[in-house]
This record gives sequence, C-alpha cells and structure tokens, in this order.
Amino acid sequence: MMRCGRFHYHAPRTLRDACAMLQDAGSDGMLLAGGTDLVPNMKRRQQTPKVVISLRHVAGLRDAGPDGNRVRLGAMLTLSDLTAKEEVRARHTALFKAAAQVATPHLRNMGTLGGNLCLDTRCNYYDQNYEWRKAINFCMKKAGEICWVAPSSRRCWAISSTDTAPALIALGAEVALATRDGERTLGVADFCRDDGIQYLTRNPDEILTQVLLPIPAPGESSTYWKLRRRGSFDFPVLSVAAWIRRPPEGRVEAARLVLGSVASRPVIAEAAAGLVGTTLSEDVIEAVAEEASRLAKPLDNTDFSLGWRKKAARYLITGALRELRGDDPQTLGPLARRAAELAPVG
Amino acid sequence: MSASGGVTPRAESRTRLSLRVNGEPVEVLFETYKTLLEVLREDLGLTGTKHGCELGECGACTVLVDSRPVLSCLLLAAECEGSHVRTVEGLAQGACLHPIQETFADLGAAQCGYCTPAMLMTACALLEKHPSPSRGDIRQALSGVLCRCTGYLQIFEAVEAAERRIRENSPGGSEGGG
Repeated sequence: MMRCGRFHYHAPRTLRDACAMLQDAGSDGMLLAGGTDLVPNMKRRQQTPKVVISLRHVAGLRDAGPDGNRVRLGAMLTLSDLTAKEEVRARHTALFKAAAQVATPHLRNMGTLGGNLCLDTRCNYYDQNYEWRKAINFCMKKAGEICWVAPSSRRCWAISSTDTAPALIALGAEVALATRDGERTLGVADFCRDDGIQYLTRNPDEILTQVLLPIPAPGESSTYWKLRRRGSFDFPVLSVAAWIRRPPEGRVEAARLVLGSVASRPVIAEAAAGLVGTTLSEDVIEAVAEEASRLAKPLDNTDFSLGWRKKAARYLITGALRELRGDDPQTLGPLARRAAELAPVG
Repeated sequence: MSASGGVTPRAESRTRLSLRVNGEPVEVLFETYKTLLEVLREDLGLTGTKHGCELGECGACTVLVDSRPVLSCLLLAAECEGSHVRTVEGLAQGACLHPIQETFADLGAAQCGYCTPAMLMTACALLEKHPSPSRGDIRQALSGVLCRCTGYLQIFEAVEAAERRIRENSPGGSEGGG
C-alpha cells in the first residue's frame, strides 16, 4: 500500500495567513487545493513536501461574480462548482467543455480550477511509483539526471496536461497571484512555461487566488475539443481550444487557437490569424488546421502512437473550427457528439 | 510559524478531528499523513469502503462527503473537519436495506463486489440530487467508478429500478413521478 510521507499540515483561514505560512515554509512547503494531483504524487514520492498548506478553509477563494467587464472565479471553486454555473456553460463554452471533461465526476467534485491550472506536467517515465522510477535510476524531473524520452536532451519534456489552461488562454483570461506583500495579475499564457520541471512562472511564495475572465461581447464563441483513450478518467493526449469573434453572417474579426498536451505548456497557434477576415470556408479551415497542426510535435511519453497523435491534431482543429462556424456537432464525429451531451452532474 | 489568529496549525504528527460519519458524531485521532480512506478503514473500522488503485484511477474508494461523491483515497482526513461522511455502512436502516442495495442484489448488479460500495454510494448521491435521472445521467454519474465484471448494464438497470422503487414507496406513490 502506498501512503503519503510525513508532513506538517496547516489549514489557514485567511489568505494573509496562507501567504505567510507559504513564505515561512520556503522550498519545504506546498499548497494543497483539491488534492487530486498532489496526493497521488505524494504517495509516489514525486513530491515530498515537509509542509502542506491547505487552501480548503481560506475565506474568499470560492467566490465568483462579475467585476466590471470581467468575471472573477475563485481558484478553489471545484470543477463541479464551475460547470454547475449556468453563465459559465452559456458564455464561456471552452471553459465549460474543458472543466466538464476533466477526469471523472468524483474527481471534479474534488479538483479545483486553480489546481487544474497548476497541474503537474506528466510523462510515462515520471508518473510511476517510487520503485519503478528507482529501477531506471529516476529521471531529471525528480531525483535523476536524464530525460528518458529524449536522452540527449538538457531539458525535461513532460507534458502540460491541464484541460482548463488552453481554454482560458483562448478566452483571454488572466490569473491573480497573491503574496504577503500584494497581488499581481498576468495572462494565463504568461503563467505557463515550456519546461517540464519549471512549468509555471508562479513564484514560490505566490498563491493563485482567482481567474479573471472577460465577459464575451456579442458574436464571440468558443469551444474545446479533447482527445483521450476513454471517455472518462483520462488526461488529454491532445486538446484544441478555439475562440472567435464574428458578427452574425459576417466575417471573423478576431480568433485564437490553442493546442494543449503537445508541449510542456499550452501552445498558441499563430495560424489562427488566417481565420480573420474570412467566413470560415472549408478551404480556410483546412489551411489553418494544416498549418496549426505542425505545432504538434509529439514525443513518445504519453498514450497512443506518435504518428497517430500528429494526424489527430489536424482532425481536432478542423472539427473545432467547423463547430465555431456553426456546424451541427452531430455531424462532426464522435468527439463532438459526446461533448454535446456534457451535462453538469455532481 | 509567524502566522497566527484564526489559524489551526497542526504541526504535530497526529491530528484530532471531529466529524460526522453516517450521521453519528465521531472524534478520531490519526496520523496526519493518512487519507480519509485509511482513517475510515484503519482507525474507525469501517472496511466497507474499498481500497483500490490508491491514485484516483478506479473509484472503488468512493464515499459521500457533504452529499457529494468523492475519492476517499485522495482526500487527506485532516481536510474533513466538520464534514459529514457517508459510507456504505450507513445505507441500510437496521435490517432494512436501502432500495439501491435491494435492486443491486435483485438484478445481479454485483459480481465480484469490489466496486459495489462505490457504485452504491455514487448512485445514492445521484438519486438524492436527481430523483428521475435519465440513462445518460446515470452513465455519466457512474463514469467515475470502474467495474470489470458486470459490463455496467445491470448496474444501470438497478439504479433505474431503485429510482422506481423509491418513487413508489414515497408518500403519494407513483403519481406525478417522472
């Protein structure tokens, strides 16, 4: 039986206390949100905090509401809380579809928005128990020196596996980070780094407190497509978040396209610029999908074969863009049909 | 620790906790590193909740915390101060089985039985929240618990049968249901 290692546990009631405890703990401390990522990683000794600071009882971190032309979503809202919000479902479709497809209903009752944004990067050589990793003399992400996926590499290639980050980048969201001395905000895109080990730009003493989401203007729409082996439990092996602004019957005025699970951070596809000024004809969609799918350079460190995952990128991008054009999801294949049935069940 | 005021530091290796388990107030002292699953099984003697993958990949350890199904193997027990935890031991009322237990037995929805406590608790939470779930609702709600024996069909049918039984036994009978 795998058990967590020993640690000191703190349950602060205020953000100010949580910040102070995190700063005092230094590199020994870790924040606990829903626990669905940290607890299994502690059992496998991928993470070995000496101090665990729970955010569960910190006042205010589950609040949500309008703030000018944005919506503030507390980082400790569970993914179930989030998908139960009618305004998230109706207005921020990409976020709804991303959150509603994380793992399982049980895990969404535990896992939080902030926790999913800070999800540890994943790799077949890292997400194993201690004995397994010890048998290969570990890897550079934890306790070893080599990257087993690319042995000549100086960097870690573990994959960003968060569903919500690509969606939030496509939606133009920001995060708020608090310390004992104040708060800063930055775009979700700038919150992520392309390094399997240092995959966030969060400073060690910062606590992710809120997500700030622009309220969509008329004509804006978004979606999120997720590829995985099973319809529940699995992390994404590839995902596509897409957002456009297009007046009814008009031409696209702005577009964003983000690929998830193809690198150590979500990847923004500049090819989305090719959608602007068009009416999303089939030729345009296929050309943009072709160009954007070149960003998917999968390595052999997650489920499915490399070649198939690369081919799937074009299929997912094409499907997401057709959906935003207004095509009936029932005509867009099994992934779209299943996503169209997503419903919040707690 | 410099922080203070309203803080509950638990720097010692053991934690004392007050919570409700199956409606009864419980006070328990346990090693702080333990998950709710470990405390239920090892410190409270409630072994109905099963210990599966330990990593959130099977759902066998499902319990209800404040009416929501969660995985007790991933929830630190220290997080449960003041919570109401419901386990499979709390389903039956004395000798009287819960309707979901009756229909699981009647329709062969349990084979090896290892996932059954988790299926029962998940289904119980679903029926309390959605008194008349569709087959799609049931499929989605149970998608967090793996069963390697039944192929799920008998389980879906048992949940639907329990829903009918609860409706027929409720004041007002079956009229107006659905």
